[in-house]
Amino acid sequence: MAALRQIAFYGKGGIGKSTTSQNTLAALAEMGQKILIVGCDPKADSTRLILHQKAQDTILSLAAEAGSVEDLELEDVMKVGFNDIRCVESGGPEPGVGCAGRGVITSINFLEENGAYEGVDYVSYDVLGDVVCGGFAMPIRENKAQEIYIVMSGEMMAMYAANNISKGILKYANSGGVRLGGLVCNERQTDKEYELAESLAGKLGTKLIYFVPRDNIVQHAELRRMTCIEFAPESKQAEHYRNLATKIHANVGNGTIPTPITMDELEDLLMEHGIMKAVDESEIGKKASELGLTAVA
Amino acid sequence: MSVAVAETVAEIKARNKELVQEVLKTYPEKTAKRRAKHLGLYEEGKPDCGVKSNIKSIPGVMTIRGCAYAGSKGVVWGPIKDMIHISHGPVGCGQYSWASRRNYYIGTTGVDTFGTMQFTSDFQEKDIVFGGDKKLAKIIDEIEVLFPLNKGISVQSECPIGLIGDDIEAVSKAKTKEYAGKTIVPVRCEGFRGVSQSLGHHIANDAIRDWVFDKMEGKPARFESTPYDVAIIGDYNIGGDAWSSRILLEEMGLRVVAQWSGDGTIAELEATPRAKLNVLHCYRSMNYISRHMEEKYGTPWVEYNFFGPSKIAESLRKIASHFDETIKENAEKVIAKYQALCDAVIAKYRPRLEGKTVMLYVGGLRPRHVIGAYEDLGMEIVGTGYEFGHNDDYQRTTHYVKDGTLIYDDVTGYEFEKFVEKVQPDLVGSGIKEKYVFQKMGVPFRQMHSWDYSGPYHGYDGFAIFARDMDMAINSPVWKMTKAPWAA
Repeated sequence: MAALRQIAFYGKGGIGKSTTSQNTLAALAEMGQKILIVGCDPKADSTRLILHQKAQDTILSLAAEAGSVEDLELEDVMKVGFNDIRCVESGGPEPGVGCAGRGVITSINFLEENGAYEGVDYVSYDVLGDVVCGGFAMPIRENKAQEIYIVMSGEMMAMYAANNISKGILKYANSGGVRLGGLVCNERQTDKEYELAESLAGKLGTKLIYFVPRDNIVQHAELRRMTCIEFAPESKQAEHYRNLATKIHANVGNGTIPTPITMDELEDLLMEHGIMKAVDESEIGKKASELGLTAVA
Repeated sequence: MSVAVAETVAEIKARNKELVQEVLKTYPEKTAKRRAKHLGLYEEGKPDCGVKSNIKSIPGVMTIRGCAYAGSKGVVWGPIKDMIHISHGPVGCGQYSWASRRNYYIGTTGVDTFGTMQFTSDFQEKDIVFGGDKKLAKIIDEIEVLFPLNKGISVQSECPIGLIGDDIEAVSKAKTKEYAGKTIVPVRCEGFRGVSQSLGHHIANDAIRDWVFDKMEGKPARFESTPYDVAIIGDYNIGGDAWSSRILLEEMGLRVVAQWSGDGTIAELEATPRAKLNVLHCYRSMNYISRHMEEKYGTPWVEYNFFGPSKIAESLRKIASHFDETIKENAEKVIAKYQALCDAVIAKYRPRLEGKTVMLYVGGLRPRHVIGAYEDLGMEIVGTGYEFGHNDDYQRTTHYVKDGTLIYDDVTGYEFEKFVEKVQPDLVGSGIKEKYVFQKMGVPFRQMHSWDYSGPYHGYDGFAIFARDMDMAINSPVWKMTKAPWAA
């Protein structure tokens, strides 16, 4: 058996991380890989499409009920879904209370100590939108995920987030050996999206591993709490996810240490592609009325 | 043994300056530069002691400071005996500070008073992850069932409360409503706030203002006022200090309506804005609330010092000056009454202590306040410093210390050891962490936070005990046996 591969999907909130990761992992499972998904988002929806339901029993909710995480057994928290994919959700507090970051740390320690990673080929961490604190960086620390895939699009803020996540990876790259596996562009149909994604990947010292086109079938599958792989295995979209899975599978050892860029460089990139017009320094911080602009969309 | 007494002021100054330079040499350049601002000597005529204070300690040194939680729970709120103080967070902060301050009180512990008990929410991992507000609400419910005679609850925040953003104010308000207006005070004294316990005192003072005083507004007084009502502020009744102070004020004809906060109650806190005068002992920890009462209720405040007969007499006259002739006459009577006691104490101990030198390093007021008591016994202070003093403390210190006295702010373990080694005082007065270091060096030592399990030291009665204790420490026969005969 090949060595365990630990991968993680990061990206701006709402970019389609969970959808992309679950479809890709379902395709990997089709290829015969044994998969474990670790959901690291308090919303606990990282495994919904595999399990056909939102996981009810998260590690943290069960631990709170039982008293502490030491009172739990692995069987209590691990569910098996489509194509025998094993699923656990860390869970966490409702928005506005407690410390979700600490929850991620607690959950991952629990899984490791209880041998959740035995007998699987892939562990995949699905982490919430922004790396807001140390807890959400847990999956990229020493001996955790070795390859990070950043899900992004051609939108400015998604690219901004991708750059920020690269900074996080860089921080841990030397101490823990984490590498950037590549960018996955989830098409939003913005202007020159593919070119932008390619350039950003180049700037970050990585590659655009796949460009996933937009297709409504994803939405249809999602409404039925399924991946495209399961819902419409013959569809073009399922084939795209299979391609992505194949690329990731072949990407072993090809990760790089990212070279994040500055905010200015990022803006330059947008200008280069004509997305953003060059603005004179003197206009920064001025209102439309002050600049004599009348019709501003 | 000491050489300091025989030296001239100029010699002492030169030696102290040299000593500071020598100590600084050990540090890396940046550290030395920063520490240099905290070490110096008092130059006569200067408005302060020439040192910076209330600045963050340097990582890597052994500081003797505490944290904001220590300042609030340990100092200000903890002694209020008929309230239950919850150490809110993981178990350690409450456990290791449990009943360590010797704030004496009268009452039946566990029934109507709770001073030596420890209440903690004992945070577990799940409380961090999911927040501890529900647990806090449950603890308050349990307290109400198990200790129905409690008169109020305070929530003393430990670090994690601030980190995870628990809304203890909301819980406190809800429970106050549920329990018919009961006083429940959330205190944001997370340990990581500020540079020392000093900010904890301030936060605790502000909590009294916002959650005790403001709640009283518009409500009628629960007692009949007299023109002679005073409140003792900043006496924590260590070993009974507030009691030996209170009797002097009462003998003068004043009525003590509140003790803050040693042996104090929530009712006393509530009564205080109606006092005619606040008498303030520990300026550092309670000047904030004294100033507030002056601004808002027009209650004047006066600092006093009840260590040693000279300062006691001065203070009694100062307090009496705020009242009529009767009180002023009474003050003289009280001073006269205790003169014989003081003379006897001094006659007995002064010959045994005359000329002995002392180095102090303590907290809020004692680095200056106890100096008079030592001097009454013929002793001399050759060095002093504050753990968490501010510049206004060092200004006040100038009235007590002699020209050339060595001053060390937020002293590090290394500096203090070096200073004592070189200055060779006959006595060091500091805390438990310092005690054994110096005793092992063969230097007599008294704990000046806890009175070394003795006390009281305040008032005339306290002075007699103070004198006995200092004699016991310095003249113990054990010190004759600390030198190896072959190394003589």
